[in-house]
Amino acid sequence: MAKIKVNGEVQELKLPITLSELLILNQVAQPDMVSIQLNGEFVYQEDYATIINDGDEIDFLYFMGGGSK
Amino acid sequence: MDFTEDQITRYSRHILLQDVGVEGQEKIKAGKVLIIGAGGLGAPVAFYLAAAGLGTIGIIDGDVVDLSNLQRQIIHFTADVNKPKVLSAKEKINQLNPDVKVNIYQELFTSENAFDIITDYDFIVDGTDNFPVKFLINDACVLAGKPFSHGGILRFEGQTFTHTPGNACYRCLFNSPPPPNAVPTCSQAGVLGAIAGMLGTIQAAEVLKYFTGVGELLTNRLLSFNAKTMDFRTIRTKRSGRCPVCGEHPTVTTLIDYEQTACDLASHRKDKR
Ligand SMILES: [Zn+2]
Repeated sequence: MAKIKVNGEVQELKLPITLSELLILNQVAQPDMVSIQLNGEFVYQEDYATIINDGDEIDFLYFMGGGSK
Repeated sequence: MDFTEDQITRYSRHILLQDVGVEGQEKIKAGKVLIIGAGGLGAPVAFYLAAAGLGTIGIIDGDVVDLSNLQRQIIHFTADVNKPKVLSAKEKINQLNPDVKVNIYQELFTSENAFDIITDYDFIVDGTDNFPVKFLINDACVLAGKPFSHGGILRFEGQTFTHTPGNACYRCLFNSPPPPNAVPTCSQAGVLGAIAGMLGTIQAAEVLKYFTGVGELLTNRLLSFNAKTMDFRTIRTKRSGRCPVCGEHPTVTTLIDYEQTACDLASHRKDKR
C-alpha cells in the first residue's frame, strides 16, 4: 500500500493509479469544477493520466462562485 | 498628514495597535482601493474599509438592488430595493465615515474599461461571483502590475488569496474558466448569507495589511473554508512558469471577455418572460 496526501489527509491505496482515477476514487462529482495540484504544481487536464507516486501530495482546488447572483 | 482630534479618537483602536500606530493609520488614509461588485463580498469589504478610514474607495457595479440581495449584501437596506447598488453603497459609506472619498462607476467591469479604471487604484478587490469577470480582474491586474484580493463563495464554502506582482495569480491555480455548462445554475446554488461576511472581512483585513505592511499577506496560499464543519485550510501554491498570463510564454496578452455563464443566460431568459 502506498501513502499519499489528498487535501491534506493521508490516504492509503494501491498503485499504480492515475490522477483521473483518484478523482473518481474521491467521488469528485464535477471534475470540470476542480483544478489539481500535484506536489504544489498545477496539472493540466491533458495530463490527468499522470501516475501518482508514493508520498505524493495532491490538492483539489475547487472553482468557487458562479450561480448565486 | 495630520489627523484632527476627532479622527484620533475615531481611529484610536488602530492607533493603539503597535504594528499600526499613527503612521499605519496615515498609510490607510493614503490608500486607494477599487471594489469590483457591490454585492455579498463587496458590502463587508466596503463597510470595514470605510470604518478603517481608507482614503479613497472606488466601487463598480452595474446592478440595482434586488430584494433577494438583502439576505447577504448588508450594505443595502430594504428601502434601497431598485436603487443602483453603487449609489446605495456610497450613501452608507458616507454615513459611516464622511472622511472617505467614494468614486462610483455604475457599469459592468469589462475589457473596455478595465485598465482605465484600475489605473487610479493601489489595490483591487474581487467581489464578483462569476468566472468571466474573475478572470478579467486577474488578467487586468497582472498585466497592469496591480495587487488584488480574490474571493469566491458558494453554498457553505469560501476561498480567497491575495496576489501581488511576482506571486501566484488566479490563472496559476485555475488555468482558464470552467466550461459554462459545469457552473452550478442559480436554482441549484445559493449561499449562506454569513459566508459572505466571513470571506469579505478576510479580504478587508488583507487590504489593511497591504497598506500598513503588517504581517504576511495571503500570497502563494489559497485559503478555503467550509462553514458546515468550520474547517479552514490553507493550500500552498506557487507561480507557474506555464501560467497563460504570468508565465514564461504568456498567451494572454490582452483582455478577454469570456462568454456569460449558463446561470447568467438562464436568469436573463427568465427576465425576458
Ligand atoms: Zn499566473
